[in-house]
Amino acid sequence: MSEPIRQPRRGYSVRSLPGFAVVAVFTFFALYAPILILVAFSFNAGTSLAIWEGFSLRWYAQAAANEAVQEAAVRSLILAGVAASVATVAATMAALATTRTRRFPGRTMIYALINQPLMVPEIVTAVALLIVFAWIKVATGHTSMVYLISAHTAFCIPFAYLPIRARLETMDYTLETAAKDLYASPWKVFSRVTLPLMWPGIIAGYMLAFVISLDDVVITEFVKSAGQETLPTFMLGQLRRVVTPEINAISTIILAAGAILVSLFFWLSRGRR
Amino acid sequence: MAEVSAMSEPTAGALEREAERDDNRTRWLLSLPAMIIIVLAAAGPLLVMVVYSFLTPGDYGNVKWEFSTQAWVNTILQRDIFDDTLMWADAHLSIFWRSLSLSLITTVMAFAFGLPTAWFIATQPPGKREFWLFLVTVPFWSNLLVRTIAIQELIRAEGVINNLLLLLGIIDEPLQMMFTNFAIAFGMTYVYLPLMVLPIYAAVDKLDFRLVEAANDLYASRWRTFWRVILPLIKPGIIAGSILVFIPSLGAYVTPRVLGGGKNLMFGNLIELQFGQGRNWPLGAALSLMLMAAVMVSLIWYVRVTSRERSNV
Amino acid sequence: MKKLFAAASVLALSTTGVWAQELQIYNWGNYTNPKLIDKFEAETGIKVTITDYDSNDTALAKVKAGGHGFDIVVPSNSYIPIWVGEGLLMETRPDQMPNFKNVKAEFVDVDWDPGRHYTVPWQWGSTGVVVNTKYYDGDINTSAMFLDPPEELRGKINVVPEMGDVMSLSIMYYGGEPCTNDKEVLKKVRDGLVAAKQHWLGMDYGNLEKFAKEDLWAGVNWNGSTFRMRLQNENVNYGYPKEGFPLWMDSVAVLADAKNVEEAKTFQNFVMDPENAALISEFARYANGINGSEPFMPEDMKSAPEIVIPAELVEKGVFTPTCDPETQKLYTRIWTDLQK
Repeated sequence: MSEPIRQPRRGYSVRSLPGFAVVAVFTFFALYAPILILVAFSFNAGTSLAIWEGFSLRWYAQAAANEAVQEAAVRSLILAGVAASVATVAATMAALATTRTRRFPGRTMIYALINQPLMVPEIVTAVALLIVFAWIKVATGHTSMVYLISAHTAFCIPFAYLPIRARLETMDYTLETAAKDLYASPWKVFSRVTLPLMWPGIIAGYMLAFVISLDDVVITEFVKSAGQETLPTFMLGQLRRVVTPEINAISTIILAAGAILVSLFFWLSRGRR
Repeated sequence: MAEVSAMSEPTAGALEREAERDDNRTRWLLSLPAMIIIVLAAAGPLLVMVVYSFLTPGDYGNVKWEFSTQAWVNTILQRDIFDDTLMWADAHLSIFWRSLSLSLITTVMAFAFGLPTAWFIATQPPGKREFWLFLVTVPFWSNLLVRTIAIQELIRAEGVINNLLLLLGIIDEPLQMMFTNFAIAFGMTYVYLPLMVLPIYAAVDKLDFRLVEAANDLYASRWRTFWRVILPLIKPGIIAGSILVFIPSLGAYVTPRVLGGGKNLMFGNLIELQFGQGRNWPLGAALSLMLMAAVMVSLIWYVRVTSRERSNV
Repeated sequence: MKKLFAAASVLALSTTGVWAQELQIYNWGNYTNPKLIDKFEAETGIKVTITDYDSNDTALAKVKAGGHGFDIVVPSNSYIPIWVGEGLLMETRPDQMPNFKNVKAEFVDVDWDPGRHYTVPWQWGSTGVVVNTKYYDGDINTSAMFLDPPEELRGKINVVPEMGDVMSLSIMYYGGEPCTNDKEVLKKVRDGLVAAKQHWLGMDYGNLEKFAKEDLWAGVNWNGSTFRMRLQNENVNYGYPKEGFPLWMDSVAVLADAKNVEEAKTFQNFVMDPENAALISEFARYANGINGSEPFMPEDMKSAPEIVIPAELVEKGVFTPTCDPETQKLYTRIWTDLQK
C-alpha cells in the first residue's frame, strides 16, 4: 500500500499550486451537496423527493419490508464487485502488455479493441447483446447471471485500463532494472517492484470500474433475464411514474455500507503497517 | 501494419530478434483475456449491428432480411416528408453538433475541476491518498437517478443555490437554472468528474517532484514550471481522463434529458429513438457505427501521434 | 447491513426453488401492487417474481429475441396487435374464465383483442393536459394549452416525451384522426409543434414535484400522474381536450413460450376479481376495467375528476390504434424535427 517516500519533503512549496486547494475543496463540497440532499430526503415523512414533510423512518421500514428492492441492491453490488474485479485483472495485464514498449505488430489494434466499449452509445451494444445472448440463451437454455457479468466486465475494462495505463506510462524502469540486475526472478520483480508501483493506478481503475457497473442501466435492461432486476433497472421503471424516497433509503444504506467498508479497510491496512 | 522499430539501436543478430519475438508473444498473451472478454461481450456482437445497418427496417421494430443501403444514405441525406426533395439530414447534423459541443464543454469543465482535485489528493501524505480517492467515488455508489434528482433540487427555482444567493443578497429573484444548458453542463461535469480525477491522480502521484524543484531552483516562475514541467509529465493521465469523459458523454442521454428537460435531442437519444418508438433499427445501427468510426479514427490517430512523440524523446 | 445479508440469503434461496410453483411476471416498473402479489401467493401457493420494463418497445424487443424466461407481460393496447401478429402471445381464452363476467362490457369487444381471446384488462387511462389554475383560469379542456398556450403559461410548460400520445393529441387538435397519413394535416401538426416548442420549458417524465412546487405550470400529462400531483397541490388540474384525446389500456397476456402456463392463467383469472382489481388501482392510481371494484377502491379515487371522465367529454376519448409502419416513419421524422 504505502509508497516509499522518494525524496525528503521540503515543505509543501513545490507541491502546492496557487488556487488548487480552493478548487479542490469546492469540488468536494459540490460532490457531496446532492448526496446530503439525497440522504436527508431518505428520512422524509412525505412521499416526495423534494417536498419535506418531517422526519420519519418509514422509507427504511418500507425498504426493509420490500424483498424485491433488497434483492436488486444485493444483486447490483455483487455484479459490480465481480465485474470490476475481473475487468481490473484483465485490464492490468493488458496495460502491462501495451505500455513501455516500442511499437509491436498489432499494438494499435489491441488498444483500439480494448477501448471499443467506450465508443458506441450504450443502447447499441445493448441491442446487439440482446440479439446475440438471446441466441445463446435459446440454444443452451442457460439463463444465469453469467450474461450480465460478462457484459458488465467487457464495458468495465476500458475504465480500468486507462488509469492503469496512465500510471504505467509515467513509471520509470530504473527500479525494475535494478531488481533484475540483482538477479530477482521475473515474478519477484513483478510482485515486489512493478505491482507496488502500479498500485495507485490499479486502485483508481478498480474504483472506476465498480461505480460504472453499479450505475449501468441500458445494457442491463436489455441483457437481464427473468428475475435479474438490478437497482438501476428497478429505478428506470419508476422514472415514468413516481419515484419515492424508498430508493434514497436504499442508496443511503449502500453509501453507509461503503463508508464503513472503506474505513475498516484503511484501519486494517494501517494496523498491518 | 508496417513494423517500424522505434528503437534507434541497430537490432543485430538473430538472438535479439528471437528475444523480440518472445516479447511480442508475451505481450499478446497478456492482452488476451481482456480482448477475449471484449470480443465476446461487446465488439463481437456489434457485428450484428454492421449486418443490420444494411437491412430493411422491420414493420414493428427489428429488421427484414432484405439488403438495403437506405439507412446509410439516410444518415446524411433524407427526403423531405412533405415535398419529397432530397436534402441534407440537417436534424441529424445539428443533433450531432449539439452533442459534440456539450461533450467538449463537459471535458473542459471536468478538467478545470478535476486537475486541482487530483493534484490535491496526490499531494496528501502517502496512506491518506486512498481515503481522498474514495471520497471522490463514494457519491457514485448512490443511484444515478436519485442523484440526478438531488442535483435538480439544488438548482430549482426555490432550490438550495437560489435560496443561498437570495440570502446573501447576490440576486433579487430566483435564477432559472432548471432545464437549461447550465444544468446539463453542471450535471454532466458532476457525473463524469471521477473519470477525470482518477487517471490524473494516477499520473500526478508518480510525478517526480525533484524535477519541479529543479525548475524552481532555476528560477522558473510557478506557472512556467506548471506549463513547461508539470503538465508535460502528467499528460498521459490528462489524456486518459479526457478520453474517458469525452467519448462517453458523446453518447450520454440520461443526465442531459433529466437535467436539460429533454427538449432537444442528444445523439444518444436520436439513436435510442430509432431502436425504440421510431422502429428504424438499420438507421440506428448506421448512425452509431458512424459515431464509432469517427471516435475510433481520432483515437488511433492519437495513439500514432503520441507514440511518434515518444520515439523522438 | 444485516438486512442486506438477509436479502443475500433470500437471493440464494429463491434460485434453488423452495416453492413448488412459480410465475415470472414482466411488467412496467413500479406498476404492480406488492399487496396484490402477497394475496396471490397466499391464495394459490405460487411464488411470483416481478421483473420491470420501461417501455413497450423494450418489452417487445426482448421477448421477440427469445430466451427471456417470462410468463406474463402487460403491453399497451396499441402494441397488442403487434404481439399477436408476431405470434408472441398464447391464446388463453380469458373470455372463458370464471371471473370474465366481471369485465366491463365496453372492454370486452375491443379493437386490439376482439372478444378478449388473449388479454385481460389491467388498468386504463388517458393522456390530456395539466394546468395550474392559479396561473390561468380559462377553459383548460383543450390541447391549445400546449399547442397554442395562453400568454400566462408560456415558458412554464412541460410535454411528456411520448411520441405516440403527443402526436395523437396534436393530430386531433388540427382536425385529423390518430394514425392519419394525411400530409396536409401532418404539415400543420409539424409546423404547429415546432412553433409551440419555443413556449415549452421541457419534455420530460416524472414531474410530480415540479408541478407540485410550481416550477411547472402546464403541459401534457397522464391522468393518474396528474391525480397524484393534485393531492400535493390542489391548484393542479387535469383537462380533457375537447378536440380529442388518446386513451390507453394495458392488458395482461400470457407469452407463447411461457413455462408456467397454468399459473399464468390463474393470474389472469385472479386480476379479473373486483377486489384484486381494486388493489391494482389503489397502487398505481389508474382505473381498471372490472365491474364491482368500486366499493374496494380508495375513497379519494371514487369521484376524482382525473379518473372519472366528464360525461360531455367521454365521446372525445379515442383508444389509439396501431399505426402502420409507413405512417410511423413519418411520425418519427416529425418528432426528430421537433427536437433537433
